[in-house]
Amino acid sequence: MTVEAREARQPYLLLSPAMVAVTLLLLVPLAFIVVYSFWLRTATGADQAGFFLDNWREALSDAFYRDILLNTLKIAAITTLVCAIMGYPAAYVIARSRGNKAVLLLLLMLPFWISYIIRTMSWINILGASGAINSALMWLGITDAPIQMLYNEASVILGLVHFLLPFMILNIYVSLDGIDTTLEDAACSLGATRWRTFLEVTLPLSLPGLAAGGLLAFVLGAGTYITPIVLGGPTDAMFANLVFEAIITQLNWPLGSALSLMLLAVLGALVLLYNHFLGMGQLMKGLG
Amino acid sequence: MGAVTLQNIVKRFGSFTAVHPMSLEIPEGSFVSLLGPSGCGKTTTLRMIAGLLDPSEGDIQINGRRINDVPIHKRNLGLVFQNYALFPHRTIAENVAFGLKFRGVDKAERDERVKKALDLVQLPDVGDRYPKQLSGGQQQRIALARAIVIEPDVLLLDEPLSALDANLREDMRVELKRIQHQIGITTVFVTHDQAEALALSDRIVVMSNGRVEQVGAPEDVYTTPATEFVARFLGASNILPSTCTDADGATVALENSAFGKLVLPRERAPHVSGPGAVKLAVRAEKLAIVAPGAAGAPGEDEVSVPGVIETVDYQGLAARYFVRIGNEQLQAINMIDGSPFAEGAAVDVRLRPRDCTILAEAA
Repeated sequence: MTVEAREARQPYLLLSPAMVAVTLLLLVPLAFIVVYSFWLRTATGADQAGFFLDNWREALSDAFYRDILLNTLKIAAITTLVCAIMGYPAAYVIARSRGNKAVLLLLLMLPFWISYIIRTMSWINILGASGAINSALMWLGITDAPIQMLYNEASVILGLVHFLLPFMILNIYVSLDGIDTTLEDAACSLGATRWRTFLEVTLPLSLPGLAAGGLLAFVLGAGTYITPIVLGGPTDAMFANLVFEAIITQLNWPLGSALSLMLLAVLGALVLLYNHFLGMGQLMKGLG
Repeated sequence: MGAVTLQNIVKRFGSFTAVHPMSLEIPEGSFVSLLGPSGCGKTTTLRMIAGLLDPSEGDIQINGRRINDVPIHKRNLGLVFQNYALFPHRTIAENVAFGLKFRGVDKAERDERVKKALDLVQLPDVGDRYPKQLSGGQQQRIALARAIVIEPDVLLLDEPLSALDANLREDMRVELKRIQHQIGITTVFVTHDQAEALALSDRIVVMSNGRVEQVGAPEDVYTTPATEFVARFLGASNILPSTCTDADGATVALENSAFGKLVLPRERAPHVSGPGAVKLAVRAEKLAIVAPGAAGAPGEDEVSVPGVIETVDYQGLAARYFVRIGNEQLQAINMIDGSPFAEGAAVDVRLRPRDCTILAEAA
């Protein structure tokens, strides 16, 4: 074999374990899901193999599914916006800090050491009827009965923000950290105030990070199902909860498959849109 | 256009003093270089003038007006950085027009001035491109255009040529000089490259460890270094500890181990007041290496001592020799005609005392 041929083969050799894993654990199961979505669940509860469009017809035409999908996207959008507004200043402080950058980044990573479910449940101890806030309010005599703060859309968004904020901060941080500060010096020397320099130079150059963080927050937020279970009320189900319901509770694999592919299609379209405009490279930077 | 005055400015970072009390007059329209190795305080000084750093003490004046408390965006200075610092998300024309936006210049005039600035740096057709699409040299010209289009009082250049390739650097040096002459702007140029400083400047400020070592015209600083640092930093020099034996109005006599007795004209040793220890600086190119007993006996005003070549550093046009004379090793840079002397060769080393300098610094 020539040297060129060996060199050309090397990347594939190095990638092959990962490619095998992705194929076996992701692509093959996904193919099963696609096949399942065209099967039919009969009245006896058994699945009938074949090519039926009934599940897709139900998933796409039932207003119930449509409303929950829209609500899921709305919650994901609000979460993303809150994360962006809260995350940007934090990322800016970290990127511009000199001595203690490593400490601040470590603090940012700290929540990942605790299970996401535990972190989500911790809000019950804070916002719940006998949680920290209500106990304090009642002890101070500000209120007689506990205020209902949990099990609504706001608490779901709060839980999601708590979960997703570090991803947003990391992505914006990477972008900001990559901006050469002499660009800001140059803008100031040309007559721009600090605020104008931020608007004209810093913000536009950090937009890729903001977009990457936004995409991650939105996709992870829209796909969540634990947060609405732990922090949401009976009417706060998100789309992933429907999939769970169909597959685990009703044992209706064909319908659950169609629903999960629907969500995948919507979020996939978003990722493709992002890739078209900004490229995947930026996202990888933020994750790495 | 403006003159810059630094009055005893000091910059401290915590317990570290980056710039010791420094005073400097930069006349209107002149080209002044701050020259020194990295860490000598030259960039810190420039950043204080620019307003990117606040001096710990002292005053900075432009046209007689104290500007210590004037924020950077109101100082009206043109700043050029080593890494160009062009806005990557803006076109070249937008980059150049950036400063004009904040000066209330209307669109039509803005376009006109951008065009003029691009003409001045000889890149008239790149307005629609993005910085990434230009070469390093072109980007630096645009950075220069962006800095001068706002008609700043002073142009501040922070190692603007250092990121360029050797050949391009020399072209840009010529270009920079042409532009500076054409618009006659007061320019402060920071560099660690002595060749750039010598070629471009009206005056050179040599700095070391946060202190000014010498201020003077390029020829003065080169031919009459005041300190050992200047002698070694600009070109290659030998520093010979010597003893002054006699000094009168016209001449200064001294002795050292390499050359024995030397008599220097008074202007080469203006600081010597009387007998005592001094430091003699001898430029490497002023030591002539000749074959022993070569034709053309040493001139009347020339001394000649025998030596042995220890190392030869062949450079094509010239050679750098390390030659031993008694206990001293000296370096000599000579143009070569044919082949250089071989290592181990016995040679004569000739020197004209009037080419030596006695440093102002005490021995």
